[in-house]
Amino acid sequence: MYADCISPDIFGGRSPEEILKLKVWEGNRLKSLGDLFYVRFERDIEEDNIAVKLVGSFIKVRRIGANMSSGKIIVEGNVGMHLGEGMRGGEIIINGYAGSWLGGSMKGGRIEVKGSAGDYVGAPYRGSRDGMRGGQIIIHGDAGREIGHLMRGGTIKVYGSVKHFAGIGMIDGTIFIQGDCAGEAGAAMRNGRIIVCGYIPYIIPTFTIDSIRPNVDVDGEKISGPFYRFIGDIADNGEGKLFISKPRNPHLTFYDKYL
Amino acid sequence: MSLFIRNGLVYDPLNNVNGEIMDISIKGGRIVEDVDERKAKVIDASGMIVMPGGIDIHTHIAGSEVNSGRLLRPEDHVYDIEPKTAITRSGVGRSIPSTFTTGYRYARIGYTFLCNPSMPPLEARHTHEELEDTPIVDKVTYPLLGDWWFVLEFLRDGLIKECAEHIAWMLMATKGYAIKIVNPGGLEAWGFGRNVRDLGDSVPYFGVTPREIIRGLCMVNRILNLPHTIHVHTNRLGQPGNYITTIKTMDCVKDLATSNKPVIHITHCQFSAFKGDSWANMRSGAEEIAKYVNGHSHVTLDMGQVIFTDTTTMTADGPWQFTLYELSGNKWVNHDVEVETGSGIVPFRYRRKSYVHATMWSIGLELALLIKDPWKIYLTTDHPNGGPFTSYPKIISWLMSKKARERTLEKINRRARARSLLPSIDREFTFYEIAIVTRAGQARALGLKNKGHLGVGADADIAIYNINPREINPSRDYKAVRRAFSRAAYTIKGGEIVAINGEIVKVLDGRTYWINFEMSSQIGDLTRAPGDLKRKFREYWTVEFENYFIPERYLKVSAPIFVRAGV
Repeated sequence: MYADCISPDIFGGRSPEEILKLKVWEGNRLKSLGDLFYVRFERDIEEDNIAVKLVGSFIKVRRIGANMSSGKIIVEGNVGMHLGEGMRGGEIIINGYAGSWLGGSMKGGRIEVKGSAGDYVGAPYRGSRDGMRGGQIIIHGDAGREIGHLMRGGTIKVYGSVKHFAGIGMIDGTIFIQGDCAGEAGAAMRNGRIIVCGYIPYIIPTFTIDSIRPNVDVDGEKISGPFYRFIGDIADNGEGKLFISKPRNPHLTFYDKYL
Repeated sequence: MSLFIRNGLVYDPLNNVNGEIMDISIKGGRIVEDVDERKAKVIDASGMIVMPGGIDIHTHIAGSEVNSGRLLRPEDHVYDIEPKTAITRSGVGRSIPSTFTTGYRYARIGYTFLCNPSMPPLEARHTHEELEDTPIVDKVTYPLLGDWWFVLEFLRDGLIKECAEHIAWMLMATKGYAIKIVNPGGLEAWGFGRNVRDLGDSVPYFGVTPREIIRGLCMVNRILNLPHTIHVHTNRLGQPGNYITTIKTMDCVKDLATSNKPVIHITHCQFSAFKGDSWANMRSGAEEIAKYVNGHSHVTLDMGQVIFTDTTTMTADGPWQFTLYELSGNKWVNHDVEVETGSGIVPFRYRRKSYVHATMWSIGLELALLIKDPWKIYLTTDHPNGGPFTSYPKIISWLMSKKARERTLEKINRRARARSLLPSIDREFTFYEIAIVTRAGQARALGLKNKGHLGVGADADIAIYNINPREINPSRDYKAVRRAFSRAAYTIKGGEIVAINGEIVKVLDGRTYWINFEMSSQIGDLTRAPGDLKRKFREYWTVEFENYFIPERYLKVSAPIFVRAGV
């Protein structure tokens, strides 16, 4: 189901009847929001601060909150792909699991996932080079592969672990991973920073060791290390910085001799 | 079914009809003297413009490179979805729409005849399969013959007649319509990692020059009596300073013209009209080209207008596409089609604030406005290279209104604006001239007898636009013009109403026109190829000869045009 109409920007200024009539694609059929969901309106919300609360499983609903610029969406349950795609402002909070392409190509605003997220967090649509430009994505659980693909700005924080290719092709911005990374962090990155506080099996060979840093600053928060600092991806003339926790990765000590 | 279009303001330049109120009668898919009004379906076109169906002389709509472009760009399609209806199929749009969507969208803007300009002969089968799936519109396709090994060999040895025989076979074998030449010699040189820099440069191994290729094929075109001229994409396309090459290209076939008829068509001329010697000081060479074209009658051009949007460039010009890849750093495709030609695809965004892009935008319009005779320049964007064909209404409004041009000029790069010739040009096209550059002129250049006009006997391909030139001043009300041309009130194809107010109401199969030669020699039989082509097939190609040519039954709606050749 494609429901880009579920967004505070679109709900704002519309009457309940109009909201119920908003169009939603269910497969190849055009339906209205009222046909598919039970909708309750609470009048006491201030006009300029609209909150949309979604209760239930929205795992098959895509593009919720796409291009939203203000207001708030709260999801009590799981939610499907492309949540908050191209979002410019406002806030989305998910008390559950979020699907792939969470905050894809987002430009601003804030997304917080209490559970885990799927692959391609902040990544652009297939084929596009329009990576995340700004804003903040916070995931308390784990995330999948290729988070922050072609990212150009903003911050992604994952408190759990991530799979392969975190920050692939990254151009700028910050990715912070509290847990482990399955490997290939920063492949083809040109700039920006990736911080891995957990275990990483290996660093790809196109990164060179630069120094050891006692701590790193992420959005004003001091993360204490020490960290190996790598520069790369040299294959793409990159100057990206990869910070890898030294105590959690004793198998990388052979890099010390190159310092 | 017969149709009767009442009280329309008719613009039919080939019959010198300029906005007169006339009735048009249609029967059996053709325009006739009159029909019985009581039995016919009547369309009330009072206060509307009636024009022949639009003709696009150069639009990449089918074939392997278009399809590779589609595959390369999922992000181009994702937010432009065309859902299926009771009669139309689903598809996707933006810069390279899927085949069905291409047909529907052209019909919506009143176009009924399309020319697919670059078909590697090896990919002819694929191209015709896609053209078959492009509904409603009639189409032709031009095989790429300028870098074909046989052609290069024949021209090196000066064997024009033998070359003509080969090309006649090729046109029939690939069901083609005209000789397309892309960067003559350059594509072959690209196989050796090089390009040609001028008309006099020799092609590696073959030792033939671009000038010899263009002249040779121009002579072949004359021997074969083809309805269209040679269709040339010039050398050095897209490089600053190339306007000299373009003028030289036009000039090198000047002596081959007889009785003031055009002998060469320079396609997407905007890309070949750059002055200066680097991107930093690149300027418009439109004035010089317009001066040449105004003074000579053997040339026709099409614009290749640039639109400020995200689009996909695709051409057989492999070396140029490599340069474009280096400039943009985008994803790309480059391909060498065996012994025949090359190709390349690069997604590209034309930006208002870029000096070069804004200058290119200006050059296209300068060409159209500075060339005095609208019969010599036609409206195209080289879809999708300069922008998708859906932006034609925008270009029409720029041509018709100085104010519309000024509005866009205000938004472009400041340096480009200061150097643009547009502020000094006051010319504004009339609806009559628009009818020439979008239909009549192209029909004449293509040598189509039954298309592009509304005389008795013509095919009933008609576009009706809901705008009244007697009430609206297009110079001031350019937005109304744009609106009207982006949604034809009625599109009629072969005497059937296919679209009403931009909605498709009927889907038909368009015809595929191709050249069939009436010749006494054995060339008419496709299985008997001329010369030693058959033997060389084994050595040069990856396909068998028997699988190469396209039998007529392969085309869904075949419409051969019989031509009497001089061989």
